[in-house]
Amino acid sequence: MMKPRPPTGRRLMDKIVSGWAVISALLGIGALIWILSGVIARGVGALNFSFFTQLPTPPGLAGGGMANAILGTLAMTVAATLISVPIGLLSGIYLAEFGQESRVADNSRFSANVLMGMPSIIVGVFAYTLVVLPLGHFSGYAGALALAILMIPVVTRTTEDMLRLVPNTLRESALALGAPRWKVTLKVVFRAARAGLLTGILLAVARVSGETAPLLFTALNSPYWFKSLSGPTPNLTVAIFNYAMSPYDDWQQMAWGASLVITMGVLAFTLLARFVLRQRT
Amino acid sequence: MGVGDSDPAPTLRDQKNFGLRTMAKSTPATSQGDYYFKWLTAAAALITPLIMAGIFLELVGHSLPSIKEFGFGFLISQNWNPVTEQFGAASSIFGTVMSTLIAMVIAVPLSIAIALFLVELAQPGVSKVVGAMIELLAAIPSIIYGMWGMFVFGPFMARHVQPLLQDTLGFLPLFQGPPMGLGMLTAGIILAFMILPFICAITRDVFLLVPNVVKESAHGMGATTWEVTYKVTIPYGLVGIIGALFLGLGRALGETMAVTFVIGNAHNISASLFAPGNSIASTLANEFTEATDLLYVSSLIELGLVLFIMTYLIQVLAQFMLRRMYKSWSVGL
Repeated sequence: MMKPRPPTGRRLMDKIVSGWAVISALLGIGALIWILSGVIARGVGALNFSFFTQLPTPPGLAGGGMANAILGTLAMTVAATLISVPIGLLSGIYLAEFGQESRVADNSRFSANVLMGMPSIIVGVFAYTLVVLPLGHFSGYAGALALAILMIPVVTRTTEDMLRLVPNTLRESALALGAPRWKVTLKVVFRAARAGLLTGILLAVARVSGETAPLLFTALNSPYWFKSLSGPTPNLTVAIFNYAMSPYDDWQQMAWGASLVITMGVLAFTLLARFVLRQRT
Repeated sequence: MGVGDSDPAPTLRDQKNFGLRTMAKSTPATSQGDYYFKWLTAAAALITPLIMAGIFLELVGHSLPSIKEFGFGFLISQNWNPVTEQFGAASSIFGTVMSTLIAMVIAVPLSIAIALFLVELAQPGVSKVVGAMIELLAAIPSIIYGMWGMFVFGPFMARHVQPLLQDTLGFLPLFQGPPMGLGMLTAGIILAFMILPFICAITRDVFLLVPNVVKESAHGMGATTWEVTYKVTIPYGLVGIIGALFLGLGRALGETMAVTFVIGNAHNISASLFAPGNSIASTLANEFTEATDLLYVSSLIELGLVLFIMTYLIQVLAQFMLRRMYKSWSVGL
C-alpha cells in the first residue's frame, strides 16, 4: 500500500464498486416494490364482501369466495401456535437459564439452527409419514404439526436470545429474596423479556402463515366449509397453488385475491414484530 | 412429554451449574419445584434433536422399498416413469443443483454489495430504511414469489431478457432454444432474490462487527472504502461471510413453491438455461398427492432423503463457520 500508484485507478475502482453497491441496493428495493405492487394491482380486484364470506364456486360461475380457506388457515396456524409456543418457550428457558454451555444445550441449539434451515417440504413429508400414512387420510392435524415443527426452532432461538439479554443482577436480586428458580424465571426474567418473547412468537407465526409446501400433502385442501382439523382442511396457500395452476381466468383471479390477503397478513405480523421490539428499547 | 423418565439422573456437574439455587436456601418444597421445572425445560430442549433424528429415520424407513429396488442407480438414472414404475433422481438432482448455482452466482455479488452499501456508504437514515426493505424480501412467502414469477416475471423474461441474451450470447448452448419465460434461468433468478436477504443480513453483521479501529487504521493510511473492504473487512470476517453463503445455499436447495411455479416441471436435463426442468422440491410438490403406488411414494420419499442429506451437510458447514466467527468475537449467536 506504500508503493505510489496512480490515484486515478484506485479512486476509479472505488467509484465503480460504490456505484455497483448503489445499483444492487436499488435492484433489491426494486424487486420488493415490483412484487408487492404486482400482488396489490392484481389482487385488489378479487377482494369483495363475498370473497370473505362465501364458499368457492366452480369455474365459470360468478361470485364465490374463500371464506372456508381463510378459516382453515387460521385454525391450523392457531393449532400450530398452541403446540409450538410452550415447547419453544420452555426449551429457550433451558438453553438460556439451565443448559447454557452444556453438551445437551449445545446439541439442542445446533439442531434448532439446522431445523430452521430445513426445507419446509421435508417437514411436510415427515408429517405425512407420521400422521397421514397411519391414519390413511389427509388431515389438518398433520398440517398443524408440520407448521408447529417449523415454528419451534424460531421460538426457541429468539426466547434464548431475549432471556440472555436480561441482566443477571435481576435474577440474583430475586433469588436473594428467597424466590425459587422457576418463579424467578417465569415472574421476573419473563416479565423483563416480555416484548422480545412476543416478537419471537409473532415472527414464527409470520413465517408459517404463508407456508404452502408443508400443507400440500398433509392438510391438502377442500372446497367445503371448515369443520374440524380431522380431515382435509381448506387453506389459502394450497388454494392459491391449485387455482393458479388451473386454466380458468376466474380461478386465477381468486388466487391473486388470496395472494394479496396472505401477503398483507404476513407483512402485518412481520412489521408488528419489529414494532413490538422497538417499543422495548 | 415424560418429564424425568427419559433423562439421566442429575450429576454432580449439574449441581454445580445450579449453584444459584442452593444459594437461595429455598425450602424443600420449592427446590422440588425447581427440580421438576429444570427437567421439564430440558425435556422441551430435547424435542428439536428428536425431531431431526425422527425426520432422518422416517425418511430412510420409507425410502427402503425404493432403495432396495433401484439401489445406487436411483441417483444416476434419468428415467422417471410412473407408468412403468421406473424411477431415477438424476434430473431432479441436476435441476436442484443448477437452479441453486444460478441463484448463488447472482445473489452473492448483489448481497455483499448491498451489505457494503448499508454499512459503509449510506447515511444512517437511508441505511435503516433500505435495510428494512431488504429484510422484507425474506418475509414474502414463497408462493407469492411463485405467483409473481409465473404471471409477471416469467412473461417479462420471455419478452425482454431472454431475446436480449439470445442476441448477445446466443452462440453459447446455455442460451439456446425458444424463450418461453419459464425454465431454469427464471427459477434461478427468483431464487437469487429469495436468498439475498439471508446472505445480506449476516454479511452486514460481519461488516458491522469488524472493530472500527481496524478499519480506521486502514483509512488513515490512505486506503479507499473499497480497499478497506476488500483488504481488511472481508479477510477479517471471511469465516462469517462463507457461513452466510452456505446458509443462503441451503435455503436455495430446498426452496419449493417459487421454483415449482416457474421451473417448467419437466423431468429433463438440458444444457440450455431456457429449457424447462425440475428440482427435487418441485417434483415432490407436483407428484406427491398423485402418487398411490408404494414404489412411487417410496421413490418420492427417497428424493426427499437426498434433499435432506444435501441441506443437512450444507447447514452443518454453515453453523460451524458462523459459530467459529461469533465465538472468536465472543458475542452470542
